[in-house]
Amino acid sequence: MLALYLRDLKLSVRAGGSALIGVLFFLCVVTVIPFAVGPDLALLARIAAGVVWIGALLATLIGLERLFQGERDDGSLDLLRMQETPLVLTVFIKCLAHWTASVLPLVILSPVMGLLMNMSANAMAATALTLLVGSPAISFIGAAGAAITVSLPRGGLLVPVLILPLAIPVLIFGVSASYAAVTEPQPFLPPFLILAALTLFFAVIGPAAAALALRQAED
Amino acid sequence: MRDQRSKPGLFSGLANPTRFLSLSGRVLPFMTGITLLLFAFGLYLCFSTEADYQQGDTVRIMYVHVPAAWLSMMCYMVMAVAALGTLVWRHPLADVAHKAAAPIGAAFTFLALLTGSLWGKPMWGAWWVWDARLTSVFILFLMYLGIIALNRAVDDPGRAARLASILILVGVVNIPIIKFSVDWWNTLHQPASVMRLDGPAIDPEFLRPLAVMALAYTFAFFTMHLVAMRNEIFRRRVAAMRKVAANRAGRKAAVQPVKEGR
Repeated sequence: MLALYLRDLKLSVRAGGSALIGVLFFLCVVTVIPFAVGPDLALLARIAAGVVWIGALLATLIGLERLFQGERDDGSLDLLRMQETPLVLTVFIKCLAHWTASVLPLVILSPVMGLLMNMSANAMAATALTLLVGSPAISFIGAAGAAITVSLPRGGLLVPVLILPLAIPVLIFGVSASYAAVTEPQPFLPPFLILAALTLFFAVIGPAAAALALRQAED
Repeated sequence: MRDQRSKPGLFSGLANPTRFLSLSGRVLPFMTGITLLLFAFGLYLCFSTEADYQQGDTVRIMYVHVPAAWLSMMCYMVMAVAALGTLVWRHPLADVAHKAAAPIGAAFTFLALLTGSLWGKPMWGAWWVWDARLTSVFILFLMYLGIIALNRAVDDPGRAARLASILILVGVVNIPIIKFSVDWWNTLHQPASVMRLDGPAIDPEFLRPLAVMALAYTFAFFTMHLVAMRNEIFRRRVAAMRKVAANRAGRKAAVQPVKEGR
C-alpha cells in the first residue's frame, strides 16, 4: 500500500501528471476574477473566501480525470483489480496520493491567492484550514466520478458534471466556515465540523462507489 | 423424477421483455384513463375550492407545485430501487426502468422549480433564493441531468446501466437532505406541513385538492414511465435488428465480388 502511495505521488509530480497543472489552473481562476469584477478591494475581500474555494474545487475536478486514466491506458488497472488487497483500499490509497500530490499544493498556496484577493490574515488562515479539512472530500467523491467515466473516450469532460452536485455541500460549508471565522457573530465550529463530517462520509462512500464502478468497467 | 421447476416470482416473471410488453400494453389504456379522470377531478377541485385568506388565489399554485416536488423525489427513489435491481439482482428490466425514468424525473424537478419560482415572486418578492430547500432541489435537478448525460455517453447499454446505477445510489443521499432541509436550516421555504409526525397542518379544504392532484401526478408518472420503458425496449430491439441487418448486408457484399470475379 505504501508502495502504491509513493508510486502515485511520483507519477503525479512528473511532467505528465496533474499536480503542476492543477496549481496553474488554480492561479488562472483566481487571477481572472479580479479582472472580471473590477479592482474594488472591499468587494474582492468580501468574495475572497468563495473565490479561493471555487478555484480549488475546479482545479481538483480538472485533475481527477487522470486518477485512473493512466492505469487504464497501460493495463495496470486490471492488475489492481486482481490484487488480494480489497479494491476499496487500493482506491482509498490512490485518493490519498492524489490529494497529497495535486490538492495539498493548492491548500498551501491558498494564502498567496488570498493576497491577490485582498484577504485579511485571519481569513487566509481560516480558508486554508477549511480547505485542508474539506478538500479531501472532493478527492474522495471525485474518485467515484473518475471511476464511473474511466472507460469513456471523452469521459474526462463528464467527471465535473457528475461530481459537482455532490461537491456543492462541501463548498457551501467550507465557505460558510471561512466567512464565519472573520465575521463576528457567525459561529465557526458548526459548519467546520459538518465539513469534517462530509470528508469522513465521502472517504467511505467515494472509494466504495469507485471500486464498484471499476469492477463494472471491466472491458 | 419430480418436476424441479419452480414458478417464477412476480419480478422475475417480468424480466422477460415480451411478457412485460404484453402486460404493460394491456394495463396502459386503463392507467391513461385513470390519470385523465384524476386530473379532470383534481383541476376541478383546484379551481372550485376556496382561496387562502392570506395568499388569495395564488395558493392554487400549491396544487401544481407541491405534487411536482413530491414526484421528483419519488421518481428518484424509483430509480434508486431500479438501480439496486441492476446491481444486486441483475434484473434486465431494471436497466430499462431507471434509464426511462431519468428524463421524467428531470421534467418533474424542473416543473417544481419553475412553478415554485412563479409562486415565490408574489409571495416572497423574489424569483429565486438560495435557501436550503431550493438549493438541494436544484442539486437534484443537476443530478438528473448528470445521469441522463452518463446514459448517453456510454455505448454499451448493459455497462451504461451499471455505471448509472452506481451514480444514482451515490446521489440518493440528497433525498433525505431535501426532505429535512426545511427542518435543519432556517429557510424561507415553508416547513413541512403535510408529511409530519404530528399529521398534516393544513386545512382539509386545501388538503383535498392537494391529495387528488398528488394522486393524479403519481398515476401520470407511472403511465409515462411504462410508456418510456416500452419505448426503450422497442429502441433496443430496433438497434439489435439494425445490427443483424448490417451483418447480413456485410456478408452479402463479401460474397458478391467472388461471384463476379469469376
